[in-house]
Amino acid sequence: MTSEFAVEMRDVVKRFITPEGNEMAAVDRVTMQIKNGEFFSMLGSSGCGKTTSLRMIAGFEWPTEGEVYIEGNAMGHTPPFQRKVNTVFQSYALFQHMTVYQNLAFGLEMEGAKEEEIKKRVGRALEMVQLTGMDRRRPRQLSGGQQQRVALARALVKTPDVLLLDEPLGALDLKLRKEMQLELKALQQQLGITFIYVTHDQEEALTMSDRIAVMSKGQVQQMGTPVEIYERPSNKFVADFIGESNFLEGKIKSLSKNEASVFVPSLNTEVTGMPISAGLVKGEDVVVSIRPEKIRIADKDTKSNNMFRARVTNTVYIGADTHIYVDVHDAKMKVLEQNRISRLDPKSFYVVGQDVWLLLMPENTLVLKKD
Amino acid sequence: MNPFRRSPFVIVATVLVYLFLYAPIVGLVLYSFNASRANVTFEGFVPAFSDRVVMEGSLVKSSPCGPFHWYCDLAKNDDVAEAAGNTLTIAVTATIVATIIGTMAAIALQRYDFKLKPFSQLSLYIPIVIPEIVMGIGVLTLFSQLFGWVNEAFNLSGDARLSLGMATVTISHIAFMVPFVTLVVQARLQGFDKSFEEAAMDLGANEWTTFRRVTFPMILPGVMSGALLAFTLSLDDFVITFFTNGPGSTTLPIYVYGLLRRIITPQVNALSTVWILVVFTAVLLLQLIQNREQKQHS
Repeated sequence: MTSEFAVEMRDVVKRFITPEGNEMAAVDRVTMQIKNGEFFSMLGSSGCGKTTSLRMIAGFEWPTEGEVYIEGNAMGHTPPFQRKVNTVFQSYALFQHMTVYQNLAFGLEMEGAKEEEIKKRVGRALEMVQLTGMDRRRPRQLSGGQQQRVALARALVKTPDVLLLDEPLGALDLKLRKEMQLELKALQQQLGITFIYVTHDQEEALTMSDRIAVMSKGQVQQMGTPVEIYERPSNKFVADFIGESNFLEGKIKSLSKNEASVFVPSLNTEVTGMPISAGLVKGEDVVVSIRPEKIRIADKDTKSNNMFRARVTNTVYIGADTHIYVDVHDAKMKVLEQNRISRLDPKSFYVVGQDVWLLLMPENTLVLKKD
Repeated sequence: MNPFRRSPFVIVATVLVYLFLYAPIVGLVLYSFNASRANVTFEGFVPAFSDRVVMEGSLVKSSPCGPFHWYCDLAKNDDVAEAAGNTLTIAVTATIVATIIGTMAAIALQRYDFKLKPFSQLSLYIPIVIPEIVMGIGVLTLFSQLFGWVNEAFNLSGDARLSLGMATVTISHIAFMVPFVTLVVQARLQGFDKSFEEAAMDLGANEWTTFRRVTFPMILPGVMSGALLAFTLSLDDFVITFFTNGPGSTTLPIYVYGLLRRIITPQVNALSTVWILVVFTAVLLLQLIQNREQKQHS
C-alpha cells in the first residue's frame, strides 16, 4: 500500500449524451477520498451518480474530466482488467455456462495461477461465504442468497485491495438482506479490505458504513460518519433524505459565535439557542430542521424555552412507536414517541384533539440554509 | 375444456393442412419404391431380390436391392454424387463464412452506435424480402460485368479467365445467408446483459478472452441456430444457384431440375427422399437447440 487513500476521485465529471441529444452530467465535480480499510458508502436515489462513480472506479466508464486514483496511481484510461479492484454486480452477473467452481476460478486463471493454487483459493473463498460443497452447481440451481454469495466470493477470491459493491443486496428479501448486511460488515472487518458500497437504502448505509457520501444530482451533498450525517446534516436535502425531519421556514434574528435565534412565522415566535452551521448571516432566510424523535411531548407546560402549545390532529400506532401529528400555531409537525408503556394503558397515549406542549431542544434543532 | 377443440371447423382445417403439407411428401417417398420406371402411377414395390435387374417393359421385376432398387441406382449415379458433393461443399463453406460475418455484424449492431446504424439494420432485411429471382439476376449481372472487366484488364485467356462456378455460387450463398444469421444472433443478443462482459473484464480478462470465454459461449446457441438455418437454406437453394452456377458446379436442386426436363424415373424420388431426410435432421437439430435455449431462459 503506497498511498494513504485506497481510492481517490478528484473533480470527476462524467457527461453523457441523452437519447434526445442533450448533454447531461451524471457525475458533476465529485471529489472523494476513501481511506484504506474503510467501509465507504455512496448513498442516493437513482440517477444521483453513485453507480456511475463506482463504474468509473472499476474502469467500465472513463471520466470526462478529472481523475480517479487507485492506491495513489492515476487511472486515466486503464481498462478494468488492469485495475486491482473487483466488483460485485447488482445482477450478480454470474457466468451461467460455468459451475460455481469455474466462476470462482475464472479470475485466478486470468492471473495465471496454477491449478493447485486455484483449487486452494477457491476452496477458501467458498468456505468464507459458507458455500462449501456447492462448487459443482450451476448458478441457476442456487437460491438468490446463494448466488449473491457466489458473486461475492468470485470477487474476493482475487484478494483485491478494494471491493466495489453495486447494490449487492437489492434483490434479496428484507430478512436475508439484514443478515447479509451484518455478515458483509463482519467480513470487511475480518479481511481489512476497503469496501465501496453503493446503495439507495439509507438504513443499509447507516448500518454498515464507516463513512457515507450522500449524493444527489451528480454531486456529493455531504460526506461523513453515519452519526454526522444523521445528527448534523449539512443541508436540507440531506436532512430530508436521511431519516425524517420537520422543516420550519424562518429568518435569522440574532447570531452569536455558535448560537442562532430564528423567527419562525408559522410558530409566530422565536426559536432560540440553536447550533449553527458555517456561512449563515443575520437576516438570512433559513430552514429550521427538527427530527420527530427529538421533540419532547408533554401534557403540562414546564415553562421552558422553546416550548410551544400544540393540538393533536392524528395519531398512528406502529407497534414500537406512535407517530403523533400536531398543529402548532400555523405549523404542522410530526412527533415520534416510543411506546415505552403498553398502549393498552389509556394514560400512555395522546388522543386526537388533545392540547399538548412540545419542547424543542435547541441542541437537536438545526438551522440550515434555504435551498 | 377448450371449446375450439371439438369444433368441426378445426378438425377439417387440421386434416386439410396435413393433407396438403404431408401427402405430397408421403407420395414422393412412396413412389421412390415404385416398380414402374415411367413413374406415372404406382405399380407396387419392386417385388423381389435377385442377382441382376430384370425388366419387363417399363416394370422392374426384380433387382439386387429389392424395393430399394432406385436407391441403388442412385448410388451408382456419378452425377448425383458430384452434385451432392458440390451442394455440401458450398453449403458448409458458405455456412461457416456467413456465420462468422453474420455474428460479427450482429454484435456490432447490438453494441455500437454509429452513423449509418439504422441504414445497416434496414439493409439486412433487403436480401430477405427481395424476390430471390431479382437477387439472382443481380448477382449474375454483377459477376459477368466484374469478370468481364477483370478478364479484359489482365488479358486473361483460357483456364485463367474468371468464370461462373463453385466460387460464384458460394459467394452468392454467403451474401443471402448473412442477414438470416445476423437476425437470429441479434435476437439472442437482445437479452444479453452487458454486465457479464464487464464481470469478465473486472476479473482480469482482456477483450479477446472475454469474448472467447464468456460472450461466445453464452450466445453459442443463437449462433448455432443461425448457422443451421443458413445451412438448410443453402442446401435447397435453387434460384440464386441457377443464375450463378457454371460448369462443374451443379448442385442437387439444379441437377434434379435438369432430370425433370428429360425423364422422371423413381430415381428422382429416391434422391428427394434422401435429401428430405438430411434437411429434416438439420431442422430437428435446430429445434432441439432452440428448445434447450428456451429452457435455459426460463
